[in-house]
Amino acid sequence: MAMRTAISSRILSRAALPGARSMSSWWRSVEPAPKDPILGVTEAFLADPSPDKVNVGVGAYRDDNGKPVVLECVREAERRIAGNLKMEYLPMGGSVNMVQETLKLAYGENSEFIKDKRIAAVQSLSGTGACRLFADFQKRFRPDSQIYIPVPTWANHHNIWRDAQVPQRSYHYYLPETRGLDFAALMDDVKNAPDGSFFLLHACAHNPTGVDPTEVQWREISYQFKVKGHFAFFDMAYQGFASGDPERDAKSIRIFLNDGHFIGISQSYAKNMGLYGQRVGCLSVLCEDEKQAVAVKSQLQQLARRMYSNPPLHGALIVSTILGDPDLKKLWLKEVKVMADRIIGMRTALRESLEKRGSTLSWRHITDQIGMFCYSGLTPEQVDRLTNEYHIYMTRNGRISMAGVTTGNVGYLANAIHEVTKSA
Amino acid sequence: MESQGSCSVFDHVVRAPEDPILGVTVAYNKDQSPIKLNLGVGAYRTEEGKPLVLNVVRQAEQTLVNDKSRVKEYLPIVGLAEFNKQSAKLIFGSDSPAIQENRVTTVQCLSGTGSLRVGGEFLAWHYLERTIYIPVPTWGNHPKVFTLAGLSVKTYRYYDPATRGLDFQGMLEDLNSAPAGAIVLLHACAHNPTGVDPTLEQWEQIRQLIRLKGLLPFFDSAYQGFASGSLDSDAQSVRIFVADGGECLVAQSYAKNMGLYGERVGALSIVCKNADVAGRVESQLKLVIRPMYSNPPIHGASIVAMILRDRDMYNEWTIELKGMADRIISMRHQLFEALLARGTPGDWSHIIKQIGMFTFTGLNSEQVAFMTREYHIYMTSDGRISMAGLSSTTVPHLADAIHAAVTRVA
Repeated sequence: MAMRTAISSRILSRAALPGARSMSSWWRSVEPAPKDPILGVTEAFLADPSPDKVNVGVGAYRDDNGKPVVLECVREAERRIAGNLKMEYLPMGGSVNMVQETLKLAYGENSEFIKDKRIAAVQSLSGTGACRLFADFQKRFRPDSQIYIPVPTWANHHNIWRDAQVPQRSYHYYLPETRGLDFAALMDDVKNAPDGSFFLLHACAHNPTGVDPTEVQWREISYQFKVKGHFAFFDMAYQGFASGDPERDAKSIRIFLNDGHFIGISQSYAKNMGLYGQRVGCLSVLCEDEKQAVAVKSQLQQLARRMYSNPPLHGALIVSTILGDPDLKKLWLKEVKVMADRIIGMRTALRESLEKRGSTLSWRHITDQIGMFCYSGLTPEQVDRLTNEYHIYMTRNGRISMAGVTTGNVGYLANAIHEVTKSA
Repeated sequence: MESQGSCSVFDHVVRAPEDPILGVTVAYNKDQSPIKLNLGVGAYRTEEGKPLVLNVVRQAEQTLVNDKSRVKEYLPIVGLAEFNKQSAKLIFGSDSPAIQENRVTTVQCLSGTGSLRVGGEFLAWHYLERTIYIPVPTWGNHPKVFTLAGLSVKTYRYYDPATRGLDFQGMLEDLNSAPAGAIVLLHACAHNPTGVDPTLEQWEQIRQLIRLKGLLPFFDSAYQGFASGSLDSDAQSVRIFVADGGECLVAQSYAKNMGLYGERVGALSIVCKNADVAGRVESQLKLVIRPMYSNPPIHGASIVAMILRDRDMYNEWTIELKGMADRIISMRHQLFEALLARGTPGDWSHIIKQIGMFTFTGLNSEQVAFMTREYHIYMTSDGRISMAGLSSTTVPHLADAIHAAVTRVA
């Protein structure tokens, strides 16, 4: 006992203890990080006192009054699950029910792959979480691979694969001259990439451009992917939101499945169920057989365990309550179509509004493009003018969130865009 | 049509082993026996063996559901502001000078795991030392979380099997030989898996050594309120470190103390030297979080914020929390007495000396396997049992199993 005390007091004997007050911070050299280009827009918008301000920045749906929407089917589902007797941990792979219903949306209601249990699937933290899990999985099991990312893409895609330490390459996608798809260059890039490359594809409603391949073009892409043995990873964040019909919006995926590809898919309920802050999504990887699917799923779960242990319960319960009840599911499909139709209506309204003001520029891309976003073609300087002179907030790449456009502000928006572009 | 590459690119992926902790529940669920007992994962059970949603949580949830004006928009990357503010007050004390001086940054994360991972990745990116020292033993997921965060993991002595208590000398020696700046993981209270905590005097000595050596403390606080029944007592270890003006990280979880397990509610706080540093640190934390999941889930945090803000709900919570802590303490005493009554060989007093949800029984893996096989008792192979999974009716069954294991298996 005396010996032990002696040892401890010897260790501490040098301790003249003003404590840690005299030490300087460990974080002296930490630089302030740049604001997130997308989420920073909303912060700036909120700080603006102008009564005319318009937020067409972040891709969150608004109704025609500019208000966020909670779907009726979601409210009903929440009523049913409130007072839930348990808040226990979900399994690492998340809610099995929710995942099963989610796979049906992507792969088809009667998909043979689901029946044959060939899909390794886990609940994820919305689309971001699904992409990140896949990127980490790709790094771990295909450490020599890279990811081909379209230009442009959602800015966070770059952050995700960078933090997963997977090297990035780019492929042509958007053609500024046409404000459409640069199909020829895209196909060249697909052909020139080394065999067996990994590609990130937006399943529908490309973010930020709203430019999607046609069905014919998707078939060609799929064919070339087979020739080259490439791996297709689909980010599907807007199923149902693009055309109003989830089956139609999944066409690209179904083409690839039909052609025999072993794809990966990230699915999100942030927009199409309005569950943004609940962080609900799903990552799936199609495998050769059930045994492989079990192995892959187990590895995905390990990655999740090291990040957050298991995914959040509430949002998953909402999804499985809705999709598991035929009436609620029908209601959901109706509500999704309403959202998609309103956006399509606003596209038409914005284009007509600009043309009516006598703009000599072509605005047909506003109605050609699909989904939540319109890649307006505005330059960063023009965007800055919109913000500084008109209190209109959007990301500097000229991306307009059509969900933020209403019958109330479309005229003001068109006027402002016309003003900043008429000398262009 | 034949596909060109008919082989999956993930053909070589082998099946991962079951998570040692969560895998226990998987095995338990498969067992058909009516007398099976799950003492694996640390999830609280009532006397009736049922999971518990606290009344105050139920109330909060109902209020949220009934509030038509509530929307489900994205939270900011750092989470719900009110939740962050209240969480910092909870762990550091509402009168904490560090909070008043604005030198604490708190970000909402996915429970304890998420807070540890975000903190670990931040350190891997921005801190000069990429080694973290973890106690032996510790929660099985700790080394895995930190390794994937990009840190390298070393250990310090903690548990003394001979005394089933703290190896204080070993701990001090190992911390003393750590390189300057090394990160040290500390369990704020109710050490998992051993239930062995330093005394307040020992914490003071640990603090002095850590500050002397310029080590960086990273607290894991998953059981505040659950250890002693008092939220303030259980935060003392953290508070003495903050009081000396130095820096530290703290991961908080509401999984157990608010019973919000599956909602994944937690917070990471970084206490910095001054407000300017705290602001810059927060901006960098956002860059860690955005490529992981963009922003945290809203539901659980909304519940916590409501409860912590409202004086009546807060008080009701502390009562329910003390109820849970007291029931666990009672289970400890019942198990101890049951073993005494059976004349089970060995000294079992550690059952009542250890603190928090778990008891480190001292049983070896063969004994554990025996108990699972013969008595359908599910626990982790390191001999850890979750006291929260016991009830007065099941204590005798467990005592029988332990008695049999100790007398029949080496």
